[in-house]
Amino acid sequence: MSSNIIYLDNNATTCVAPEVFEAMTPYLTEFYGNPSSIHRFGGQLAAKVEEARAQLGALIGAQNSEIIFTSCGTESDTTAIRSALSICPKRRKVVISKVEHPAVLNLGKELERNGYKVSIIPVDARGRLDMDRAREMIDSETAVVSVMWANNETGNIQPVIELGELARKNGALFHTDAVQAVGKVPMNLAELPIDMLSLSGHKFHAPKGIGALYVKRGVRFHPYIIGGHQEHGRRAGTENLASIVGLGKAAELALANIGHENTAVRALRDKLEQGVLASIPSVRINGDVEHRLPNTANISFEYIEGESILMLLDMHNICASSGSACTTGSLEPSHVLRAMGVPYTAAHGSIRFSFSRYNTEAEVDRVLEVLPPVIARLREISPYWKQQQN
Amino acid sequence: MWNYTDKVMDHFLNPRNVGTIENPDAEAEVGNMTCGDALKITIRLDDEKRISDIKFQTFGCASAIASSSVLTELVKGLTLDEAAKITNRNIADALGELPEEKMHCSVMGMEALQAAIVDYKKKHGEPYEELEVDETDHEGRIICHCFGITDAKIRKVAKINNLHTVEEITEYTKAGGACGMCLDSIQEILDEMWAEPAPVQEDSFDSLSLVKKILRVQEVIDKEIKPALERDGGSIELIDLEGKVVHVRLKGMCAACPNASLTLKKLVEGKLQELVCADLQVEEVK
Repeated sequence: MSSNIIYLDNNATTCVAPEVFEAMTPYLTEFYGNPSSIHRFGGQLAAKVEEARAQLGALIGAQNSEIIFTSCGTESDTTAIRSALSICPKRRKVVISKVEHPAVLNLGKELERNGYKVSIIPVDARGRLDMDRAREMIDSETAVVSVMWANNETGNIQPVIELGELARKNGALFHTDAVQAVGKVPMNLAELPIDMLSLSGHKFHAPKGIGALYVKRGVRFHPYIIGGHQEHGRRAGTENLASIVGLGKAAELALANIGHENTAVRALRDKLEQGVLASIPSVRINGDVEHRLPNTANISFEYIEGESILMLLDMHNICASSGSACTTGSLEPSHVLRAMGVPYTAAHGSIRFSFSRYNTEAEVDRVLEVLPPVIARLREISPYWKQQQN
Repeated sequence: MWNYTDKVMDHFLNPRNVGTIENPDAEAEVGNMTCGDALKITIRLDDEKRISDIKFQTFGCASAIASSSVLTELVKGLTLDEAAKITNRNIADALGELPEEKMHCSVMGMEALQAAIVDYKKKHGEPYEELEVDETDHEGRIICHCFGITDAKIRKVAKINNLHTVEEITEYTKAGGACGMCLDSIQEILDEMWAEPAPVQEDSFDSLSLVKKILRVQEVIDKEIKPALERDGGSIELIDLEGKVVHVRLKGMCAACPNASLTLKKLVEGKLQELVCADLQVEEVK
């Protein structure tokens, strides 16, 4: 099935790179030892964990001691924010943005129920943070500011450096959920005012179930998962060795391809957008077109609904996702598009296409062939399309 | 990913009767783009006042399009009074099944149909109150402000579909699905609707006058039995009470149902014995 699939949902998850799979397999077969063991069979594997840490460090500009392996982006986010609250108990405030991933947004709600103050920075119509409000909100009460580096739905890149400096000036920590940015945006954390950063392997061709948290040297840390001494006591639980090796390999590949992401992958995305704008009326591109990930396109097809579009695309083996309410069973469209004030009518018809380096120009051509009749067909059924044409 | 039946997919991929009828005899539009789904239907009647043609246009997801499409097939050839008995249950059943979260799509189909019938009856000066669905009259108070859902609609959908939880109400009507401010109010409506009927003192039935006896039987039929039968497209009418024998007539689908005698014994007699008097018997009048 997968051979003829056109997969344009890479912000949801990515394929495991063949090199990653190959690097992992020995650790799922022969080398099954526990890196914490005293015997050589297990103990020698600790060196593989450190090797992977160095590979990841090279991608993000971090030293080995600054990287903690976790199970996923959500665990990293939770660990970072809760750690910040533990180490400065006198500060009871968290500042996040309105377009955060549910991993942060819903943790914010939970913290609020537990008596913390959570301030939420709004965004403008293009999804850019209201920095004036951010400056008001980040104060001496703030324990941690957590704002995503890049948005998963629109691809918008947020001003993390400015936010980090603001936090630092107020004695607060700055955490960023960089799950969508790592591997696409070049970064050197050694030079940036970022105290903690979350990343997730399966967004850049490592398997699901492995993530990492960067904690800048000198930043105090409190573990979330308590138990054994793994990860120097900062994250208990036996190392997920094969996946850690896979994450290291994926990081190495991402570093080698980061230029490609910003040229060739960007060109595919731009070709799709321009093709859509040229061939389909009443569409709008959502997000901050100038400042976004090179791989993400968020397009609203007005007067029709996103789930229908996705299902017809699926009939042609094209995978994308939607900010429509109907796709999730929730009744409201995407919180990100609503925060931006995208009209509901356009939010319901929004489709996100997200690329990876494994996509091809032929795939984009195919989508541009399939999409116009799909949209025309649904508009034919829609009561609003005819109305607006009259 | 939704687990849509083949029938849903068939009606989504090959929708029947898409479009609009010029100068229709009846028409209605329910929902809106903000809420994420909307349906417009236009109806033409023949000389015998039967639905000879019906067309739809839908803004919505696959199950909304499929619900609209199957609705047009269900009502063709029916009189408006027959069509008025179609519920969202019939629509969902005709599609095989809808995911619970998508039941509101079938409710939208029922509402559009009933609104079109009201439209026709208004134009022709016929009574239509019993339909209780006229979106333009402001009966009922808005409970869910996000989606504009009234208490009347919540009660109606809860009754037709035998819904007992707030979650089900959200899945069937959308009420409470956005900000969640009205969830407590929905619970109150359900509590009130499904409150345990006052315990009946069994020995007192004999001492009632005939009129009071009939009223009590009628009440149980209306509240407990009829809604259950209507879910399957049937109905029931109380004809008479002679001593301890209740005479009823089964209507609609129930009249033709091969299981009618079972329905009569299990459901009708069972409920009446439980709630009115333990030694009542039921007889069917053909």
